[in-house]
Amino acid sequence: MEMDGGTALLKALEYEGVEVVFGYPGGAIMPVYDSMVTDKSSPRHVLVRHEQGAGHMASGYAHATGKPGVVMVTSGPAATNIVTPLADAYLDSVPIVAITGQVPYNLIGTDAFQETDTTGITMSITKHNYLVSDPNDIPQVVHEAFHIATTGRPGPVLIDLPKNITDVLNPQSTMTWSDPVPVDLPGFKPVFDGEPEMIEAAVELMLKATRPVLYAGGGILKARGAAELRELAERMNIPVVTTLMARGAMPDSHELNLGMPGMHGNYTAVMAMQESDLLIAMGSRFDDRVTGKVDEFAPDAKVIHVDIDPAELGKIRLPDVAIRGDAKHVMRQMLDVIGASNPADHSAWRSTLSGWQENYPLAYEDAEPGGRLKPQMVLERLHELSPEDTIVASGVGQHQMWASQYWKFEHPYTWLNSGGLGTMGYSIPAAIGAKVGMPDKTVWAVDGDGCFQMTSQELITAAVEKIPVKVALLNNTYLGMVRQWQEMFYENRLSEVDLSGPVPDYIKLSEAMGCVAIRVEDPDEVDDAIERANAINDAPVVLEFVTEPNENVYPMVPGGKSNSEVVVPPFQQKRATE
Amino acid sequence: MKRTQLTRTHTLAVLVENKAGVLARVAGLFARRGFNIESLAVAPTDERFSRITIVIDAESAPLDQIKKQLDKLIDVIDIVELSPEHSALREMVLARLELDDEAKVADVEALVDGFSGSVLRVRGSSMMLSLSSRPEDLDAFLEKLEPYGVAELQRTGAIAIPGI
Repeated sequence: MEMDGGTALLKALEYEGVEVVFGYPGGAIMPVYDSMVTDKSSPRHVLVRHEQGAGHMASGYAHATGKPGVVMVTSGPAATNIVTPLADAYLDSVPIVAITGQVPYNLIGTDAFQETDTTGITMSITKHNYLVSDPNDIPQVVHEAFHIATTGRPGPVLIDLPKNITDVLNPQSTMTWSDPVPVDLPGFKPVFDGEPEMIEAAVELMLKATRPVLYAGGGILKARGAAELRELAERMNIPVVTTLMARGAMPDSHELNLGMPGMHGNYTAVMAMQESDLLIAMGSRFDDRVTGKVDEFAPDAKVIHVDIDPAELGKIRLPDVAIRGDAKHVMRQMLDVIGASNPADHSAWRSTLSGWQENYPLAYEDAEPGGRLKPQMVLERLHELSPEDTIVASGVGQHQMWASQYWKFEHPYTWLNSGGLGTMGYSIPAAIGAKVGMPDKTVWAVDGDGCFQMTSQELITAAVEKIPVKVALLNNTYLGMVRQWQEMFYENRLSEVDLSGPVPDYIKLSEAMGCVAIRVEDPDEVDDAIERANAINDAPVVLEFVTEPNENVYPMVPGGKSNSEVVVPPFQQKRATE
Repeated sequence: MKRTQLTRTHTLAVLVENKAGVLARVAGLFARRGFNIESLAVAPTDERFSRITIVIDAESAPLDQIKKQLDKLIDVIDIVELSPEHSALREMVLARLELDDEAKVADVEALVDGFSGSVLRVRGSSMMLSLSSRPEDLDAFLEKLEPYGVAELQRTGAIAIPGI
């Protein structure tokens, strides 16, 4: 069938099962947008207010649904505006496919209007990218892009499309559609099953260990392996720590789940790893925010490292047993090998852990009477009053750590955040993407005042496109995490962290963008506001919680220090010395 | 001038898809991961594939990590580490000499002959030379040539394939 490249692109997206595209039109991508008008079966398009928003929406959609997210923008400034979400998706292994317009092929390299070297710029932040020169290649390139984005370790793939090959007005865009053929990439052959000898060696270590910890990472969620994680942990009676990227992979209510480890992990999770004799790293990558000072991390532990990306094995910590494979497959293989064997006695270990849990639980001091709201309390109430399977998307900073700490996750794919890149402003667009993919679920964005000012314009998108997300804006009038570091490590020399305004008025701003907005300052108003927000399903809602400006996130492992030097909140420090 | 100390380098033969941008992907990967390239030579082997020979500084990063990161590139098909003993390894140099005395031409010709190199052209006291050999032979050759006044030179970087 003969058609233009723009129509072929839409048809190729339909062929891949794409239901929604997050995007923004412009000169070089205009032909594809024209084809959307004529091709009645093309996917839904969500018109964003800034291209960065489209990228994070694609990412949020992908994480919440398990399907690849699609973002489409024009060349030049639009392509550079999605650089941040691409880098974000690359570091957090999120499958997204980005379509960018490009200047006509014969103008490439001439500094044409809105020309950037998009494939060059994004080479190091995509899993792969393409510059297509022949419209006949479009079906196969799109098919390959989706295959690469979703297979093995997921990640972003970009397709750059010069205008001449998509434009119905240009004869060069004429192509003959043929269905894509199965992907044959000799340089891309992910391995899913672990080597049997390595599985056996790993199980042997697991059976012998007396202080084991399952170090569960985001790879478990990517592999859809939450059920296997729980089964393996229960079968072997091994406590689990769930990293920032793995929150929800194991229910927080499960007695074997110790919670989040790392720089702001809870004391027991941090110390369990530190004192363990065996770490089973499952789809996790020994990020510096988890290990603290690497040389002093878990000094007595043997390490089993399972990752689908062999480059992660031995990158930071040399494993005793390295297994290249998909976390779900490998855990299933481990369970098969374990069979009826029983683990060593962990009772002393378990009693050490419960002692730590008793002495150093995640905790905060209640607000003084008449004082500002405590952010932790707000998050606890938000969790308590929202459906159990609510999806939470967080920005980056103190509120992100509190959300991860104080929200209790019972289901996988209910926690979205920017872990690797730490992208401020992630939450609102990511929440919108998640809500588009999961319209029946309640979706809350937990945001800070700094983050909100970076991407809140996407609430206009939410209002206009009728995507009723909810935003819990924890307004502490500071760039709180930076302020905390300045207080703790730079003798409280506060530098450019004061956002106290007096502008913007978040209520007026939110209302102007089409949201229902409520300011909450009194603890007695918290529950009522949350209940009102949860009852609204026809508009986006913003709850502005005016919170204690000087609250700090605890526990904390100071940057570059050993995890053994974890700092608990001041009131627990007193308890320790009494 | 002496660049090739084989004891602290590794030679990788990398088979890649012969596609636009593949060299940029490989070079970019080395740059952003902090791996140092000693030399790099690339040319197509047929319509579909190209072969890249990369000599890397073994001290800049663990070889295992370099190979694994390279292997993640979709366009990289195969990576083989070549040991100096068990591979055919060659490098070529072109050099132009400006001698201070025309009488020295004969000396240089003898030197070139000793290394089985070629004198491409002699014009008065100017000479053009080439030598294709193992990189350490090129080092030795260029060291001997230095006193005569090397005006310009270009080495290709090593190319290599597994031995038989």
